[in-house]
Amino acid sequence: MSTAAPAAIRWYHACRVEDIPPWCGVAALIAGRQIALIREGEGEDIHALGNFDPFSRAFVISRGIVGDLGGIPVVASPVYKQHFRLSDGVCVEDAQVSLPVYAVRIEHGDVLVQLSH
Amino acid sequence: MAQQRVVVVGNGMVGHRFVAEVVEQGLAQRLHLTVLGEEPRPAYDRVHLSEWFGGRSADDLSLLPSRDFYAANGVDFRAGAKVAAIDRTARTVTCADGSVVVYDQLVLATGSRPFVPPLPGADLPGCLVYRTIEDLEAIKARASGRRIGVVVGGGLLGLEAANAIRQMGLETHVVEFAPRLMAVQIDDGGSAILRRKVEALGVRVHTSKNTQKIEALDGDRLAMRFADGASLETDLVLFSAGVRPRDELAKQSGLAMGTRGGIAVDDACRTSDPAVFAIGECAAHKDRCYGLVAPGYRMAEVAVDHIAAASAPRTFTGADLSTKLKLLGVDVGSIGDAQGQTPGSHTVAFTDSVSEVYRRLVLSPDRKHLIGAILVGDGSLYGQLLTLFQNRIVLPEKVEGMITPQTGGGAKIGLKPSDLPDTAQICSCNNVSKGAIVGAIRDHKYTLVGDVISCTKAGTGCGSCKTLVKDLLHAELKAAGVEVTNHVCEHFKHSRQELYHLVRVHKITTFGELIARHGSGTGCDICKPAVASILASAWNEPVIGRKHAHLQDTNDRFLANLQRDGTYSVVPRCPGGEITPDQLIALGQVAKKYRLYSKITGGQRVDLFGARVEQLPAIWEELIAVGFESGHAYGKSLRTVKSCVGTDWCRYGVQDSVGLAVKMEHRYKGLRSPHKLKSACSGCARECAEAQGKDFGVIATEKGYNLYVCGNGGMKPQHGVLLAGDISEEQVLRYTDRFLMFYIRTADRLERTASWFNKLEGGIEYLRKVVIEDSLGICAELEAEMAHVVATYQDEWATAVKDPEMRKRFRTFINTDAPDPSIVMVPSRSQHRPAFWEEKERQLETVR
Repeated sequence: MSTAAPAAIRWYHACRVEDIPPWCGVAALIAGRQIALIREGEGEDIHALGNFDPFSRAFVISRGIVGDLGGIPVVASPVYKQHFRLSDGVCVEDAQVSLPVYAVRIEHGDVLVQLSH
Repeated sequence: MAQQRVVVVGNGMVGHRFVAEVVEQGLAQRLHLTVLGEEPRPAYDRVHLSEWFGGRSADDLSLLPSRDFYAANGVDFRAGAKVAAIDRTARTVTCADGSVVVYDQLVLATGSRPFVPPLPGADLPGCLVYRTIEDLEAIKARASGRRIGVVVGGGLLGLEAANAIRQMGLETHVVEFAPRLMAVQIDDGGSAILRRKVEALGVRVHTSKNTQKIEALDGDRLAMRFADGASLETDLVLFSAGVRPRDELAKQSGLAMGTRGGIAVDDACRTSDPAVFAIGECAAHKDRCYGLVAPGYRMAEVAVDHIAAASAPRTFTGADLSTKLKLLGVDVGSIGDAQGQTPGSHTVAFTDSVSEVYRRLVLSPDRKHLIGAILVGDGSLYGQLLTLFQNRIVLPEKVEGMITPQTGGGAKIGLKPSDLPDTAQICSCNNVSKGAIVGAIRDHKYTLVGDVISCTKAGTGCGSCKTLVKDLLHAELKAAGVEVTNHVCEHFKHSRQELYHLVRVHKITTFGELIARHGSGTGCDICKPAVASILASAWNEPVIGRKHAHLQDTNDRFLANLQRDGTYSVVPRCPGGEITPDQLIALGQVAKKYRLYSKITGGQRVDLFGARVEQLPAIWEELIAVGFESGHAYGKSLRTVKSCVGTDWCRYGVQDSVGLAVKMEHRYKGLRSPHKLKSACSGCARECAEAQGKDFGVIATEKGYNLYVCGNGGMKPQHGVLLAGDISEEQVLRYTDRFLMFYIRTADRLERTASWFNKLEGGIEYLRKVVIEDSLGICAELEAEMAHVVATYQDEWATAVKDPEMRKRFRTFINTDAPDPSIVMVPSRSQHRPAFWEEKERQLETVR
């Protein structure tokens, strides 16, 4: 780790905005990693989080219900229903736990996700 | 102190109460109890005996908190032990089998026996009594295949017995010597209303009838001959004309008797022998025997105090005979001097022969206090009137306002929980004061009525004080600043029932419209599936259509059941559990092709596990090709209608149970409801399909079907209750339509029918009124709503595989067809299972 080369950062094309139904998530496999792409609302507000649910240890975050808790946008794990904030991936029920969050850019309807490795 | 040997003769309700009191007071170490019960089983709830005919078993009626309650507390309980003699000099009790038990203190709780008038023919076969479970079994055996039953006695017990006869589907008659029903507890006005209501249920009432003899007719039928020359033919005569104390053992052993029978006791419940106590119906306190359970319980507690030499023993100084009952579904309440026999007393009465309600208040000569009351047809004021009576609370100026319709049905008689002193007795059955209830609420920070009831025992007797307990709780919560709501979640300030109503009334078809008009925010994993279910129940549009897909939990979104590793399981419908050999072969082929773990479910179908999201449409195409449909194992909807083989094959079957199960499953398949629905249909009384453990279940009878509702297996098993007996197939479907839609309308989210039922005010009688008698006038609507759902059914999987838009959603990854690399199977027995996390952790480290 200490001798690792500077992380390579790149933008990956994941899908089109319309591939994600409004208020839904889909999973993408990008550079060997499972990413949950979640569309908040009907526009181009798309969030990229890790698809791994640390509570159930299954790759299912993209299949959770999207909504808000006290006005804060969240996705609920479909397994044991913990909520994760879309903005920073932090678990509402247990702030010690969080999902990785990735930068997203929309270009002409294309969803691009930034990954480092 | 040496352990005292206490022998309790009798294990009825009062005998059991004595033991329970010893245990609750922590005296079981000091007092060694031997309990001799004549009946073959430990104590059961005789007050609710008629529920045995409604489907509650002897076990359900048991008073023991657990099966091993006696043994676990060191009580030597002997069932079937009939006592033959007491030797007070030797201090021994001898049983009929010759065994001898020594006592230091003896407690007689022998109860009473039904009084059978000394008529010629009263001992003919078919002449029975109503007191024990064995009596019920004899009644049931006699009633089987017969038509008419007569109850002799129109009092409290007689009407209870009439209810039992009626529940077995017999034409029911009540014969009463007095000119009115319940002559002891209520007056002419109340009795007239009671009679009308009872007769409206089809029970024939014959008052002022003096039975002279009973004669045997051909074919073992019976004829009752009356003094006025009339007669009545019947198949069964049930004597329920009062009880007599069982005091013969005491009499033989030389104990003093009451002048009108019963074992004479003092305020400590001690008999003329200081080592012998008598409690309950066999005891005569001041020459009076009490035939109600509450005074018996008080006696049991008093006897425990004196036997254990408590420092401040309680005493029994007589009991109030106030009582509230539901007889044949009719509320009857009687408080204090109900007949107004106190000299100078005043009466205020209210009769409404349209809604069939009668209320009477008896006031003290100075009109300041309530000294008696009668309620018939609506008992909702009972708890409050009883509190006014027992606590001698000064009445308001205009007492008639308390019983007239403007305020009569409700709680507005000026009695607020906060007005009561802490010493006010709230539950007279278990002697629980307001102070004890409020203390429990504060100490344990209770917010649920059920918790308060199980902690304090208030409301576990006759139940009439439950409303008061609820009021006390709500007053406490309000005082503590706790808001009590049944809102679905933070996004809707409405209950599920209200949302359902809004959706229907405003013809709302999308979540967006509902939250915009009646909610706030964007929704969550609580309200979205709840609303999706409501929309589906009301309009029956495909749940994974574009409008609704985002509302669904993952199971409904992928029409399959999510398992722990992110794969899904698939359950095709097998209506009634029927499956053809070709379908079985096809299931095997699909399972093999897609490497699915296969298991038989409890609902008579096959579950195929381990399907990946992208495999689901292909799997279903193959299943649909051989005639399978979605089994909705993933939905809050009808699962299966399990069946036994019935008349098609079974030697014992009396109806075509599979045929009806198939019909029911096809009728209700796809119906979305507040929670899952399970059903079953048994072809005979052996009940092989376990219909009484289902949300709705049918058991075939010789004459048709018995329909049970609100049963449950799972976490808290509960038997279903009989909604209607011996009904036709057409009635089964009609009542089930109404029942299900009524449940869907009114239940909370994720509330199974059993818990819904347990909260339903008025219980089964109320449900019967709504579903069978259409008391709310909504049955036509309910049927129309069900008809819409039935007519618009479509197989969700057939729709999904045909629709390219929907089908596109069954992808694991949006950007590649690669399978999910995290799904790893390992061999298990002769099939496989998902690898546990430890087994696959290393290989997944990189992809997390």
